[in-house]
Amino acid sequence: MKNDRIVDSRIVGVSVPRKEGRDKVTGQAQYVDDMTLPHLLYGGTVRSRIPRGKIRKITFEPEIAWGEFVIVSAEDIPGKNCVALIVDDQPCLAHEAVNHPEEPILLLAHPDRHLLPKAVAAVSIEYDPLPVVLTIEESERHSEIIWGTDNTFKTYRMEKGDVDAAWEKADYIVEGEYTTGAQEQLYIENNGMIAAFDPQQGITVWGSLQCPYYVHKALMALCNLPADKVRVVQMETGGAFGGKEEYPSMIAAHAALLAMKSGRPVKIIYDRMEDMAATTKRHPSRTRHRTAVSKDGKILGGEIEFAIDGGAYTTLSPVVLSRGAIHAGGAYYWPSVRVSAKAVATNAPPHGAFRGFGAPQSLFALERHMDRIAQVVGLSPIEVRRRNFLKPGQTTTTEQTVREPIDLDKLLDRALELSDYRAKKDHFAKENASGTRRKGMGIAAFLHGAGFTGSGEGYLSSVVGVEGCADGRVRVLVSSTEFGQGTKTVLCQIAAETLGLPYEDVDIAQADTDQVPNSGPTVASRTVMVVGKLVQSAALGIKQTLLGGGLLGGSYSPEEFRAACQKQVGARGPFRSWAHFEAPSDVFWDDEKYRGEAYAAYAWAVYVAEVTVDLTTYSASVNDFVALQEVGKVLHPVLARGQIAGGIAQGIGYTLYEKVVWQDGRMQNGQMTNYIMPTSADLPPIRVFFEELGNVHGAFGAKGIGELPMDGPAPAIINAVEDALKVRFDSIPLLPEDIFEALTAKNEAQVSGGAR
Amino acid sequence: MTGSLEHGPPFELSFTVNGERKTVHAYPMERLLDTLRQQLGLTGAKEGCGEGECGSCSVLMDGALVNSCLVPVLQARDADIVTIEGLGAVGRLNDLQEAFLQCGGAQCGICTPGMILAAAHLLRKNPGPTMEEIREGLSGNLCRCTGYMQIFESVAEAMRRRDSATP
Amino acid sequence: MRSDPADYQLVAPGTLQAVVTLLAAEAGTWLPIAGGTDVMVQYAAGKLPARRLVSIWNLSELRRIEVLSSEIQIGAGCTYTDLREHAMVGREFPLLASAASWTGGIANQNRGTLGGNIVNASPAADSLPALLAYDAELILVSVRGERRLPYRNFHTDYKKTKLASDELVRAICLPRQFAGYFCYTRKVGARNAQAISKVCIAALGRTAGVVIEDVRIAVGSVAPVPLRLAETERVLKGNPIEPSLLALARKTAVAEIRPIDDIRSTAKYRAAVAGNLLEEFLEKLGARERTA
Repeated sequence: MKNDRIVDSRIVGVSVPRKEGRDKVTGQAQYVDDMTLPHLLYGGTVRSRIPRGKIRKITFEPEIAWGEFVIVSAEDIPGKNCVALIVDDQPCLAHEAVNHPEEPILLLAHPDRHLLPKAVAAVSIEYDPLPVVLTIEESERHSEIIWGTDNTFKTYRMEKGDVDAAWEKADYIVEGEYTTGAQEQLYIENNGMIAAFDPQQGITVWGSLQCPYYVHKALMALCNLPADKVRVVQMETGGAFGGKEEYPSMIAAHAALLAMKSGRPVKIIYDRMEDMAATTKRHPSRTRHRTAVSKDGKILGGEIEFAIDGGAYTTLSPVVLSRGAIHAGGAYYWPSVRVSAKAVATNAPPHGAFRGFGAPQSLFALERHMDRIAQVVGLSPIEVRRRNFLKPGQTTTTEQTVREPIDLDKLLDRALELSDYRAKKDHFAKENASGTRRKGMGIAAFLHGAGFTGSGEGYLSSVVGVEGCADGRVRVLVSSTEFGQGTKTVLCQIAAETLGLPYEDVDIAQADTDQVPNSGPTVASRTVMVVGKLVQSAALGIKQTLLGGGLLGGSYSPEEFRAACQKQVGARGPFRSWAHFEAPSDVFWDDEKYRGEAYAAYAWAVYVAEVTVDLTTYSASVNDFVALQEVGKVLHPVLARGQIAGGIAQGIGYTLYEKVVWQDGRMQNGQMTNYIMPTSADLPPIRVFFEELGNVHGAFGAKGIGELPMDGPAPAIINAVEDALKVRFDSIPLLPEDIFEALTAKNEAQVSGGAR
Repeated sequence: MTGSLEHGPPFELSFTVNGERKTVHAYPMERLLDTLRQQLGLTGAKEGCGEGECGSCSVLMDGALVNSCLVPVLQARDADIVTIEGLGAVGRLNDLQEAFLQCGGAQCGICTPGMILAAAHLLRKNPGPTMEEIREGLSGNLCRCTGYMQIFESVAEAMRRRDSATP
Repeated sequence: MRSDPADYQLVAPGTLQAVVTLLAAEAGTWLPIAGGTDVMVQYAAGKLPARRLVSIWNLSELRRIEVLSSEIQIGAGCTYTDLREHAMVGREFPLLASAASWTGGIANQNRGTLGGNIVNASPAADSLPALLAYDAELILVSVRGERRLPYRNFHTDYKKTKLASDELVRAICLPRQFAGYFCYTRKVGARNAQAISKVCIAALGRTAGVVIEDVRIAVGSVAPVPLRLAETERVLKGNPIEPSLLALARKTAVAEIRPIDDIRSTAKYRAAVAGNLLEEFLEKLGARERTA
């Protein structure tokens, strides 16, 4: 479909009612814990209490009636004891050794849900502890090897141009080190799964999840079952944000093992403490920049070292690393650059997917570094960005040519105007001279690539179906899942628009691997853009069938379509049309050199934060936030605004509130009282604005937007805090205690005549 | 020794839920949340945190918004409970529900039942809240998806619908 | 949910007399539970040691507010919402009304009680500094009758109070003597709502000109118990508000408090912020007089 601009659109571009919205506002939506089955057992997990060691002895304390329990260990695994993903190094159940706190060792099940915690507590495990690695620095020192030969899951090295020559030409060499902490996805619905096993039909699981076919693949390997004996069904999912991309395979495996051993269906639902302590978090990161800059503030070249802490097993770290490395140069033109990226192992529970997936980390560093460059060269943060913005025809750090007419200069202008940046900056400069508040403005300019990297979409080979039904309606068949972002709504909009039908005439099947093809995981901001485009094709296929069969004329009314569809089904049974992803011919990618067209489309953004620091309490709060982004085409204004606002809220949390307190590899503040996410009283008005350039590779011109908003808030806010306090902060989260320490140190230095 | 397989809960108690009198058998320290969900099949109230922080278990008890995960069912004896299932008439959504649908107040939906009840409670006590008062009234209900903007807009829209409705 | 309801007993005798009789008959066995906003959290986490609980929720003898000429008696079973909705509490005891509005969200305010806040005895509890500043007195009740004691002496150590094992707090008495006082209270938490306090201050002051005639300063989360800053009050009383006095007050206050590092914050931060809040109070107290 060549059309990347909507002409005469009736549905796409309109905020139609959320497809499953009625069920959600009436409390009818069925999440996994709302579901029950006859003879259900409840499952619980016995987990490691130490970060690393050999399991010496397991004792079942006598106060529990163990005879009533189903007990599963690694020995009960029919297939491979792993949670299959990229590298099969993560055990489903620890066998002889553990490598992180909360690592699952045994599974228990019982009909009475209330007995599980007591039973879990009554399994005593003795360990022979081993030395532990807890930080990137400890890991890279190699004094203790905890994974592979060198604690390194993956490295990338990307080179463009001649960096070494750039040092010679530089008027300034600007260095900086920037770090980000772990972040908990904190979906309000905890992880949960139900599994049932039947010797003829195999395993069925129902759960809170993003990627039915990831779970499907993992269960096949674990249970040693063929594809048609594993069925995965997604229930309504109460938030995910990446936290239910890979982890559900683990909990599904656990429920499946208990179901297989007991012959009864098993439900495992985590409580908040278990979910926070045991499941994945955003990768902590450390980025080091060394940049050659000319005297007029232009980047000549640079070295970027990007390191992420992957936790104890590989899981998705190579892919997070990839995206972080590719985004490390941001929205600027680098004549030369060398990016060295590595993902290292520590004895923490494996870190995993979280909205943004490496880009929030490396873009935080870059956008802070741009403000540093500005200071060194003597330019404003605005000017230094203008002088380095990517322009159409230039190449990114992976040598991808920017082909669309993006004008970042104008985007920046508009963002500054919308946020009243200049007037506020002048005003604050005067106000900050006295009083107990300091105010500042900060900006971040960035991009976010949508879809799988490089050859990834080709590798996924997504398949989408659209079905004509007996009642004349049309049904979309995808494995893409709804978890709040609007998958069901937008894919139905696309099908309806394509076929000229009312939105109400289009349904979408539940994501059930027995019913839907593998349209790829619901990640990487790919659903509307990539899967949506396939929905368009498949929908056209339905039309073709009816046209070809003479049941429909070239132009038709919805009633005529319905009648034709009913006739077709009446004569030949339900009919489907399939669309298969084909990599566009103009997308070139070299997997070895990590060079080429990294993403089919980029969204571009400029975010502006207004921040107040209260010197009485040392707390920073965001008072106004302007988010301007170019997103191809807005297919559903309310949903799109909701995605951006929600992502920014999470970004504000990432920056100023959400700190994971670690001790010996275990999260200590795994409760909602102690892990602080912003409430309605903490967030500013978030003002969202869009520009639309279209996108030839996306459905109706759309680009992916789900993760974009995660990249901008942290650097914009910290840039604003520095503007307010004239103190540098290069690490997030930034808490009042940190601001207090920094201001105290600054005051002491000044008082003692130290550096000003 | 454990073994609740051998004996069942001994207490019988009654309360009104969504206008209907219900009798349950439960241990007195069973959480009202669990009684509603497991015994009465009213699964609209959700457990998000189990510690009264997220508000997704919110229900109205004798007209007051409470976190049902913190209420022992014995304390709900003879109370008048309203859950999300009791809002609006059968087959018809109330103003808040319509507004949440229109304005994007629900994304993943898990906080939505509690959020709508909190909003209903707010509007009942204060029919014309300012934006500040809306923020405060909903500050005990956490939403991870929306950033709250469209929730506030939903509440404002519900007020508009209510005020423009023909009596 | 990490506790098994089958392991617990909860009874609701329905009257204050029946409750105290039970407490006396099996002293130390029964844990009173009012709105449950503390007890049920421990219970759900599998950390409630008590196995037998007696409900004092919504007992009419405990959930009323009596206005007398010299004092107001707030029933220990009054919820934070009850406090917020009582016009006179808002008018004459704004420190307490503010604290009630900061405690949790609306749902927790509808269930949490003032008596529960006191007896749970967390040094971070929001309403305790206000009670200290107002020189509250507690009426305790048991089968042996009632006794009255100054709230100031009630907390003896971290989560330890003078409450006997068969006693309940029946009412909190606040003297109606603060008309004309300047009030200041501020809670510093990790976020604007639903936060356990890192530092909390409740203060009252009365001046003649810029000279402090009377001052009461109470701080939470900076010691094992909520603290009245007696030393700091002493150096302030009778002196004019000026920068040197503020500096002295800060120094004295920082020496009086004993903050710690914990999962929420650090001792140094708490000390600094407590000092800042104290100065802010005194500056506002002084400014009020200058503009009057």
